[in-house]
Amino acid sequence: MQFAESAFATRFQITRRDLEGYLGEALSHGGDYADLYFEYLVTSSISIDESLVKSATQGVSMGVGVRVIAGERTGYAYSDDLSPEKIRKAARVAAHIAAGPSKVEQFDLNEGARHNLYPVVTAPTETAFGERVELVKRADRAARGFDARIFQVQAVYADNLRHVLVATSDGVLSLDRQPLARLSVSALARQNDGIPQRGHAGGGGRVELDFFLKEKTPEHFALEAAREAVTMLDAVDAPAGEMTVVLGPGWPGILLHEAVGHGLEADFNRKGVSAFSGRIGQKVASELCTVIDDGTLSGRRGSLNVDDEGHATRRNVLIENGVLRGYLLDKLSSTLLGGESTGSGRRESYAHIPMPRMTNTFMLAGESEPEDIIRSVPKGLYCANFGGGQVDITSGNFVFSASESYWIEDGKLTRPVRNATLIGNGPEALKYVSMVGNDLRLDEGIGVCGKEGQSVPVGVGIPTIKIDQMTVGGTG
Amino acid sequence: MSQNHLFDLAEDVIRRALAEGATDAECTISEGDEFTANVRMREIEQVKEAGSRAAGLRILIGKKTGASYTSDLCADGIGQMVKSALELADITTEDPHAGLPEPEEFGSLDGDLALYCADVEGLETEVKIDQAQRAEAAALAADPRISNSEGASFDTHVGRHIFANSRGFAGEYRSSYCSLSAVPVARDGDSMERDYWYTMARGFAGLESPEDVGRIAAGRALRRLNAVKVETQKAPIVFEPRTARTLLDSIFQAVHGMSIYRHESFLAGKLGEKVASDELTIVDDGTIPGLFGTSPFDDEGVASRRTVVIDRGVLRSYLLNAYAARKLGMKTTGNASRGLTGNAGIGHGNFYIEQGVQTAEQIIASIPNGFYVTELLGFGVNIVTGDYSRGAAGLWIRNGELAFAVSEVTIAGNLKDMLLGLEVIGSDLEFQGSVAAPTLKIGEMTIGGK
Repeated sequence: MQFAESAFATRFQITRRDLEGYLGEALSHGGDYADLYFEYLVTSSISIDESLVKSATQGVSMGVGVRVIAGERTGYAYSDDLSPEKIRKAARVAAHIAAGPSKVEQFDLNEGARHNLYPVVTAPTETAFGERVELVKRADRAARGFDARIFQVQAVYADNLRHVLVATSDGVLSLDRQPLARLSVSALARQNDGIPQRGHAGGGGRVELDFFLKEKTPEHFALEAAREAVTMLDAVDAPAGEMTVVLGPGWPGILLHEAVGHGLEADFNRKGVSAFSGRIGQKVASELCTVIDDGTLSGRRGSLNVDDEGHATRRNVLIENGVLRGYLLDKLSSTLLGGESTGSGRRESYAHIPMPRMTNTFMLAGESEPEDIIRSVPKGLYCANFGGGQVDITSGNFVFSASESYWIEDGKLTRPVRNATLIGNGPEALKYVSMVGNDLRLDEGIGVCGKEGQSVPVGVGIPTIKIDQMTVGGTG
Repeated sequence: MSQNHLFDLAEDVIRRALAEGATDAECTISEGDEFTANVRMREIEQVKEAGSRAAGLRILIGKKTGASYTSDLCADGIGQMVKSALELADITTEDPHAGLPEPEEFGSLDGDLALYCADVEGLETEVKIDQAQRAEAAALAADPRISNSEGASFDTHVGRHIFANSRGFAGEYRSSYCSLSAVPVARDGDSMERDYWYTMARGFAGLESPEDVGRIAAGRALRRLNAVKVETQKAPIVFEPRTARTLLDSIFQAVHGMSIYRHESFLAGKLGEKVASDELTIVDDGTIPGLFGTSPFDDEGVASRRTVVIDRGVLRSYLLNAYAARKLGMKTTGNASRGLTGNAGIGHGNFYIEQGVQTAEQIIASIPNGFYVTELLGFGVNIVTGDYSRGAAGLWIRNGELAFAVSEVTIAGNLKDMLLGLEVIGSDLEFQGSVAAPTLKIGEMTIGGK
């Protein structure tokens, strides 16, 4: 897309000259750098509960954020009104906050190279509501039809279409149109009058609505949620203590997100407050582990053509054969640490200051057959699916909760296990990885990462891996 | 835009929705100014300042619902919002329980609820930055092992909330808050730990001193140093107020009217039954002046009130909005909550545990061997089953004293057993935010460690 054709140019009559004027205003009190982030976001969501479509919502949110950087100091202001006088006022506020001795004299805005990772002609947000509502109705029917023990189903379909424009005093002018859609299904199963159990599944990406009709249908997610709920009816309490843990492929990659990903975000390392600070070149995992953060995967939930500072996203190697290789950098941390941005500057919206974030984080496949990995464990826990996770980046301690797991006994999966929280320490946990499967799988597109109050969509992935020692926190 | 203008806008939105075919309508408008200053290693790191405003609409056409919102408040933007909501009602299903509260349920508390303090708006930027700098400086000066910091921040927010509906309810209130927090990092050899402390109040005058905030945060980070992992075992657990509060978050989810009618709570169907130890009384009170869970009316225009949820161990009430009440054949408890739009959800007012008589020191002194939990990690709470398993850090209690730091362990149990196993409620209830609990002692939980 060219600037002149963008919604910002056509609907709000913003010109290149205007952008240069606002940047000039932002740097009028000095400073090393300024940027503008314009956003026009349309969101929709439709939900079904008790087989009734009880809610359907559409919303529009728009605004511009102005940032000025002077040394390590950042001034930020935003406006939800895109009139020239309001944008200038925000620029003046940011300028005042981050006044500095240096001056940027001139900037020439140029549209740089960028990917085309989601060539979506019609975004889901632009389709008729009537087509989208069918997705939750189909999910509800399929989950209920799976088993007579399913007694509650909720499904939520949500999409958004975000138009962004970034202009920086470095001369970057980036435009992007970012579609995103997700379908989630939650099912409850109950046997006679016993305790109900929940199952959950969902997915999507930066895709057209067709994705839910041809690739991952409502029935696919619904049956997965219903199956998990019914499976858990027979589950036994989780054990407590250290043991061998095998993670299944896909969403369990959240382990990487919590155990290493956050600890490698450059803001924490610049400040020396991460358990990984100062460890580049050191061994932080077994040599079987290579961990990548890649924002350039086609159509994935965590992918972006350009990050929220206007830089093209990249494939970044975080850990290579067990050795820590690099951090995730945004504009500010790359300036302060030296080097260049890794295309990792992200923000929740125009009202938020960007910071280094992950995109799609995964471990490369190894050589073991998944069956051999399970067969090698005399007694342990196999985790097939997870809820959320969290990390304390300073101590490096992280946890995540297994929503579906099984005992491994004599090399075979036996009884399902409920209520298993796993806990470990980031720079230590991956040293115990002794087998890596050849079955790398990415998650289905459901992740939301929260950091300092800002939420952004992300992806994770992992092959089947065996961790020789990890603490499991159950009651048994 | 002037105050009256926004009020007029809300009424205008409702008129337009009715004119275009809605049988009922609710409009929310909210506006606010936010300010944040972050200081790190004595230097200003970030200052952010902005104002924003947005409107939301929910409409009914008979028993079908549509909803929309916009931050584009020009005539076109508002027109689009009204059109969207009406269009969306077309794809939803008739729901016999949908609708606004009953006419006699609308209302608003009289009198000054002290939600707005004028001293927040007048604060100079320099004063706000100075508060953050003093808090961080106090943390850094507390001990040579506090060698680094994630910084300190001072935040303010001043806002206005307007709600009106097609049954003649129209209300508004202003609110303000300010908060100060510090996050120091302690280091001793290879051991590095951070912790935080904060103070928040409706007005500047209500804040603790920056020096106290910094000193307490430093003390908390220091006492976590050189933590060890203990053996897997069963032992008594003491939750300090900050972690005890998270148990209340789970109990709120379990008495949430939507979870009840869907049978997805371990407390569903238990009204009138003993669900907790006799020591436990939990109250939701949206009427206490000055507190963060207080408001004159809920997000459906029903007056806020005081509801006893658990009375000496017996479950007395769920928390309900009009919809959940209708589903359950009950009355709303004035707990409707929503953002700008959509069907109302359920929120709490000031949700707290009534305090007991023992101090935290007395509780700890009574335990020969146990775990004092100061930090919880992760999301391992299942409201459907009550299963509870979270990462934990804190201090080990030996012979009635806090002996050494513990981390990288889990604590697990089931909320049903945990509530019944609550042995002692502390006397240290204090409100920092809308959920508050004193120190709590639970007889026994499983600790997952070595």
